[in-house]
Amino acid sequence: MTAEVESVEAVGVAPAADPGFLQRYGASIEYVLIPCAALLGALAVFGGFVALYGKNPLDLYFYMYYGAFGTWFSWQNTLTRAAPLILTALCTALPAQLGMVIIGGEGALLIGALSATSAALALQGAAPIVVQIAMVIAGVIGGGLWITLSGGLRQYRGVNETISSLLLVYIALAILNHLVEGPLRDPASLNKPSTREIGAANMIGTIPGTDVHWGLVFGLVAAVAAYVLIYHTTFGFAARVAGGNVRAAKIVGLNVGRLILTVCFLAGACAGLAGMIEVAAVQGRTNANLAAGYGFTGILVAFLARQNPLAIIPVAILLGGISASGGLLQRRLGLPDASVLVLQGIIFVFVLASDALYGRIGLFKGKS
Amino acid sequence: MADASLGLWTVPLAVFGGAIRVSTPFLFVSLGECITERSGRINLGLEGTLVMGAMSAYGISYLSGSPWLGVLAAGITGALFGALHAGICSLPRVNDIAVGIALMLLGTGLAFFLGKPLIEPTAARLPAIDFGWWSDVPQVRAALRINVLFLIGVAIAPLLYWAFKSTRWGLLIRTAGESADAARAMGHSVLLIRLRATMVGGFLAGIGGSFLSLFYPGSWNEGLSSGQGITAVALVIFARWDPLLCLWASLAFGGAAALGPALQSVGITSGYHLFNAAPYILTLAIMIITCSPKRTLTGAPAELSITR
Repeated sequence: MTAEVESVEAVGVAPAADPGFLQRYGASIEYVLIPCAALLGALAVFGGFVALYGKNPLDLYFYMYYGAFGTWFSWQNTLTRAAPLILTALCTALPAQLGMVIIGGEGALLIGALSATSAALALQGAAPIVVQIAMVIAGVIGGGLWITLSGGLRQYRGVNETISSLLLVYIALAILNHLVEGPLRDPASLNKPSTREIGAANMIGTIPGTDVHWGLVFGLVAAVAAYVLIYHTTFGFAARVAGGNVRAAKIVGLNVGRLILTVCFLAGACAGLAGMIEVAAVQGRTNANLAAGYGFTGILVAFLARQNPLAIIPVAILLGGISASGGLLQRRLGLPDASVLVLQGIIFVFVLASDALYGRIGLFKGKS
Repeated sequence: MADASLGLWTVPLAVFGGAIRVSTPFLFVSLGECITERSGRINLGLEGTLVMGAMSAYGISYLSGSPWLGVLAAGITGALFGALHAGICSLPRVNDIAVGIALMLLGTGLAFFLGKPLIEPTAARLPAIDFGWWSDVPQVRAALRINVLFLIGVAIAPLLYWAFKSTRWGLLIRTAGESADAARAMGHSVLLIRLRATMVGGFLAGIGGSFLSLFYPGSWNEGLSSGQGITAVALVIFARWDPLLCLWASLAFGGAAALGPALQSVGITSGYHLFNAAPYILTLAIMIITCSPKRTLTGAPAELSITR
């Protein structure tokens, strides 16, 4: 959020009389170039790591590209994986506007999935469209309330939201496992305890002509809506003011508590929607498979996109592509499936370290 | 399985033995995190360090045949991860919690990547001391087979308490954690103090990992850690940054984690996962009780990013 403040400053101090191109757009270029440089640096380090492992880094880059974006098949795989990432990234990016670091998207995703599945199971026999709408509502409310809990604890008890949202991930996982192995268990699921299936008719299906499910559209709409909300509405402006300076926000009469609770609800709602989509488009039921780490990768997406909802879309597709190429790396290069995790970790480290670079490269400085 | 002659007594016995076995990684990671957090930084990456430590300990023990070399290797790996965390956090405007999440991903990923060939072979394991030689009951003997690492951990806790209280190093760490400006005014480099504190913290967390792979459960696989590193970070908050309380809290959390399997062995299967979540629920509860909008957690180092 320091970066947010800084961009405002940079715009503010730019000379009004005919600023040069770099003066005018320096800060914006910086926001694109530095993450790209961090990404390239991370890819180079990962290439070196793989070279130490005895594989050709050029093969690695080729297969990564091929597995992520090389064919129509891999594009579809990538987009399918990007859909939940967009939504879980919003779970971190929205509260970030208020200066909060929420890392509990995984928990909201699990609770959203559980709520959506329960809604579908309770409404068995109703028309599919009714069931689907009920699942969306249940997922959104379940996930939303889960993160609102963190926001409320911060607002009313002063509990640090980062730690509480992380603890809530593990509590959500325990609740899910408890219900899936106990009250909600389908007796027919022997090896992998699961809930009963929501029924093929109630699945949300794929976008016509592709294998990509409708979750991608949900994600794109949510990201654009979040962008409009933050940058083009009074509410978003108020949130950014409160994120920049809480005391100033209180002095001008903003209800910071309500802002925090609303933004946290929206953030959790996005992650809950991701959980609902994973159930209604991929798994068809709730079980421990849902804890696939989308929530944690979403944090990385949000940081790489510098908490900008529109930038989240390409970054989520990129990260989705990296995980989509994992299978090919395993088959063609014999790399362990954990290589995707390693690369994600390296990217994350580079992106965070590159935070130190903003405003330090003379070329991009707003003032001469 | 339940022994008819012992009946329900198997439960407290299993909880006792389980508390000692399960708590050892908690103890090491929480003592390490305690040192790091007292210096004013939070390292959430210890989950990754723990898994990395488990993997490197198993690998070195397998290659060298000496489990103690494995423990040392785990510690060194942990210290390197600590140095990486501290190094990145020394850069301006870098959020230490986010770096922790990054290192959690990286550590787990690297451990799974490099540990792939280690799933098959069997490495030399750490020895245990049989404190139950006097008993004929197998359950009692099993509960009293105590690993040396646990005893070392138990010894470190009061040592650390004393060091924080009355040694130059302890005071320096606490100064850096309570007021970076004061430490700077005294002519010390806060970054250097925190680098050392994070490295020592990583060293201990790595050793905690070696216990997982070399003693209990005593093998290397990708499901080895079920979030013990995160639990231990929560545990430090629960223990209010006091090494002695860390010891008791580790035992309590270990006991809570052992309660589920113990009850399962006598036929009570429900609530298993809820018992596993007990540490998280307890920590959240203690944060809710002791925090208020006007006052932050009592006992928390003032420079810690979670208290600001």
